[in-house]
Parts: sequence; structure tokens; C-alpha cells
Amino acid sequence: MEISNIKQEIHITEALMTRINELISHYPADKKKSALLPVLHEVQDAHDNWLSVELQQKVAEILEILPIEVYEVVTFYTMFNTKPIAKYMFEFCRTSCCATRGVEDLMDYACSKLGVKEGEITSDGLFQVVGVECLGACGYAPMLQLGDFYHEKLSKESFDTLIEDCKAEKITLHDK
Amino acid sequence: MGKKILLDKINIPGIKTYEVYRENGGYKSVEKALTMQPDDITDEVKASGLRGRGGAGFPMGMKWSFIDKKSGNPRYLVCNADESEPGTFKDRYLMEYIPHLLIEGMITSSFALGANLSYIYIRGEYMWIYKILEKAIKEAYAAGWLGKNIKGSGYDLELYVHVGAGAYICGEETALLESLEGKRGNPRIKPPFPAISGLWANPTVVNNVESIAAVPWIVMNSGAEYAKIGLERSTGTKLISASGHIKNPGVYEIEMGITVEEFMNSDEYCGGMIDDRPLKALVPGGSSVPILPAHLIYKTAAGTDRLMTYESLSDGGFVSGSMLGSGGFIVYNDTTCIVRNTWNFSRFYHHESCGQCTPCREGTGWLEKILWRIENGQGREEDIDLLWNIQSKIEGNTICPLGDAASWPVAAAIRHFREEFEYHVRFPEKIKDRNHFVIEPFSKVQHLVSKQTV
Repeated sequence: MEISNIKQEIHITEALMTRINELISHYPADKKKSALLPVLHEVQDAHDNWLSVELQQKVAEILEILPIEVYEVVTFYTMFNTKPIAKYMFEFCRTSCCATRGVEDLMDYACSKLGVKEGEITSDGLFQVVGVECLGACGYAPMLQLGDFYHEKLSKESFDTLIEDCKAEKITLHDK
Repeated sequence: MGKKILLDKINIPGIKTYEVYRENGGYKSVEKALTMQPDDITDEVKASGLRGRGGAGFPMGMKWSFIDKKSGNPRYLVCNADESEPGTFKDRYLMEYIPHLLIEGMITSSFALGANLSYIYIRGEYMWIYKILEKAIKEAYAAGWLGKNIKGSGYDLELYVHVGAGAYICGEETALLESLEGKRGNPRIKPPFPAISGLWANPTVVNNVESIAAVPWIVMNSGAEYAKIGLERSTGTKLISASGHIKNPGVYEIEMGITVEEFMNSDEYCGGMIDDRPLKALVPGGSSVPILPAHLIYKTAAGTDRLMTYESLSDGGFVSGSMLGSGGFIVYNDTTCIVRNTWNFSRFYHHESCGQCTPCREGTGWLEKILWRIENGQGREEDIDLLWNIQSKIEGNTICPLGDAASWPVAAAIRHFREEFEYHVRFPEKIKDRNHFVIEPFSKVQHLVSKQTV
């Protein structure tokens, strides 16, 4: 999938703005910037899970801070995506405890099943396999994160089922 | 069965909800605390000997007593729920299954510190737990435990959850505060310490989830009673996250002082090794602490039983001991490649280094690259000493402890498993498959290394 020239349509809906204002209210009136991380999560979730520069500028406007203050944060934290991602991005924990319980073999299986290399998006834009660092699920390895949720104690079979569930649109990415 | 004070009610159906939690004695510590002098609560926590459960083990009561109450500036309590130390998943368990315990602890502790605004900083990946906590906080507000004039005491407290976005470094308390201020998670130079200048430059205490969750019990039963649990300076209970090659991975609350052997082999806890394969190594306190080889796990170098306490796990210093750390108990059997595992940890630290300090930013990258080439059969004999050299130059030369945390696993791996590194360098054709020790455990080929000298 060609992703270099994708323009992002920006929709700050009323419901989203209500949630943003609620988040801003969690901090003292002169500390609006503190709401940046929670607000970015909400905005990203509502915009196909990525944050274009234009969208980041919009967030800066809402929080009354400079665009660079948003940009430097977005590029620091791994959960913010500056490029479009697949609809279903499988983030496999690849750190020691999961590696001990076979995540490397499982990732190879996932890649070959989907016909992609690590990081690539399938041609239909649906799936992507990436390796991430420790997700705090060490006792339930191997596992992956999909949207807001963890899928743990995975096997090849349960991964196959997960793919089928995604295709059948049975998977909720965000709990809103 | 050891004493349980955090997870004693975990099996009560519906304990996640406010009603059931309250029916089972929940929020009683708030009622009691509101009739006490705040400083008396701090004294109880001091008397309990409770040590910070995030990893550093600093006495919690002492940390509280450092908070600046004289300046008159607003004070804050921030709960560190940015659990990201590889091998650690205990705070998550507690927040997911008994969220009101943390909220109760936050209220009681905030009252002791005189904080009227407090936050729980949770890692972004725990998004569903963020929602659980938000819901539980709403319930607590509705029941009058939060907000203005709590239960007619005149004490006000606002409590919110703040969500991170994927950065291990934000578990370091000053990086966490930066992140809470909406910035990159770059640790601050100390002093000033957060107790004087923390969140928005005001006095702040940052405590781990498990530490705060222990406060209600201490308030209800006294610090002296808490200090009776456990062994010597390792008072109380500890949540241990057990993972790796064991039969029953999971979160266990132990009374400190049980032997490592019991924790490892008893059916109440880990249940022994999966497939009954030999135990090769143990990381007892999260990825940052030194790895222990099999002969130093159940016994210290002095031949005494190794216990699950701060003191016993560090017995022998870094030469023959390790640390309790965050209680991330990772068990490895004989199919594990120590070189590959050390490379895996180094990749983690390289990825998570914030980049402020040169020794850490550059050094972690060097460690990762050199370990990768050894693991892939391109290592040189002198690489092992080079690794030692680099890690020794990171340690102690950075603003925050991430640099130390990146160095210690490498140093310990070389100290205890040097022959495995030599094997990788000298027999590259035998390690081509990444599962080389699954195919042929190191114990079967070790003789090849000892026969060869350079």
C-alpha cells in the first residue's frame, strides 16, 4: 500500500470535543498542556490511528500550545503513529519473557501467513505485524496488543482465529 | 499459605465493583484516616518499614516525610502505574482485579500528605485498565469518597488518571512528572527532588501502585503490625510476577522471607520447571537486575538459603547476588541462550533510552550491536572485553538509572556465563539456528569451549 501521500481528513466531532474538554478539566486551568498525551490518544483513535502533521497542528490549537510542542511529544512516544497503519496492527511483545515462550517463531508464522515482512502492511490495508518492547504481560506469553486490548497465551491456532475474527469484523479496537 | 494483605479479597466475586468492595470492608481506612492527624499516618507508614515496591526499595515513610509542607505550595501525590520493567506485571493485576484498593490507598495517602489533587499515571498500553480505573473513580466520587468535603471532614481531593503513550523511561519518577506535564519523558537532574520541586515545580510524592495499595492495611492495623510480617528489614508482603519456563506463571503475593526454592517449586506458587527441564538461570527482580546462574539461585555463595527478601537476594553484591527490584521473577531453563537473551535486553534498553545522556544513548546502541554480532556468529574474541568496557562506562555516568539498568544485565551475563559468549565466538557454525540451545543445550557442548584456549 502506498502511504507516502495520504492526506488525513480531520474531523473533530462534538463528542470528541466533549471528551477533550473533559480531559483538559483534569488539570489546573493554566496547565492545559498537561492534557496533551490523553488528548492525542483520543484524537488518534478517532482518526484511523495515526496523527498527520496537520492533525498535530489542530491539537496544538486546541491546547493553545506551539505545534513543535506537540510534534516533539508525538515523535518521542511509541504509541503515536506519524504514518498510516493497517486497520489491524498486531503488536507482538518481543522482549525476553515472550521470546522465551516462542514469540519469535509466532511472529515468523504471522508474517508468512499474511505474506508480509515485519512492519509491512498487507495490500488490502488490513493487517500489519510489528515487534514492540515489553507490554507487561510476561506471565501470559506469547501475546500481542491489538488496539486497546491484549490477546494473550497465543498459539498458531488462536492467532488464526484472531485473523478470522478481524476479517469478520468481530474485533473492537477501541472501547469508547 | 503465607499472609496476604493485598490480594486477600481477590477471589470474592464482584470485588471489582464498588458495592462488593465496600461490603467487604473497603474504604474503612479512609474513614479512620480522616479522624487522624496526617503526620500520624506518615509515622505509621514509617513504622511499617514498607519499602517502595517499584524497584528501588526506598523506605516509603521517609519519602513522605521529605515532602515540603512549609512553603505552603500545593502538594501532589502521583501514583506510578507506568509498569514497564520487563518481567513485571503485578500492578496491572492489582488495578485490573481490585481497582478500588488503589483508589482507597490514594485517598488515605493523599490525606496524609495534604494533597488536594492527585494523579494515577498509567502506561498507555494498559488502555483497558485506564478505563477500569476511570469507572472506579467515578463510583468513588458518587459515593462521596472524592471531591469536596469528603464525608464531612473538610478535606477535599480530586483524583484523575493520566495515560502515558509507550515509554519505559516514564517509570523514572522525574520523567514521569515531565510526561504528566505534557512533555517528552526526559528525566530531570536531581536535586531538587520531587518532594521539594516536582509536578509543576510543586512538592510531589511519587509512589508505586503496590506501595500505595498497602497503605489502607497499615492505617487499619498499624505500622507495627505490618512490620511483624516478613523478615527483618524486608517487612510485609510482596507481589511477585513470575514468568518464563515455569509451570504456573502469574502474580503471587508472598510473605517476604520464604525461600527462593519454595517459591520456585511449591504448587502454591511457580510449581517447578515446565516439562521438568533443568533450571539454568534466574532474573529475580525485573530485567535490570543481575542474572543469577543455577548454582547461586537456591543458595548464596556463602552456602545459606537464598530467601525472597531485599537482603538475601542481594547477598554477595553483584559478584554472586542480584536484587529483589520490582519482583519480576523470570526463570530460564537449559534451552535458553544467555547471549541471545542479553542481546534482547540490550535492544530493549537501546530502544527505551531517552537520548539525553551520551553514555546511555550511544552505549546502549553499541551493546545491542555487539551482542547481535556475537549471537549471529560474527563476534570476535575481543568483543567480550569490549562489552565489559562499554557497560562499565555507562554505569554511574547518566542522569537517571536507566544507564545502570542497561549495564547490569550485560555485566552479570559475562560474569556468570562467559563460556557461552566464547562458544558463540569460536563455533559460529553451531549457532546458526536461533534456537541453537533448544536443539542442543549448552551443557552438551560446553566441553568444546573448555578444551580450547586462545
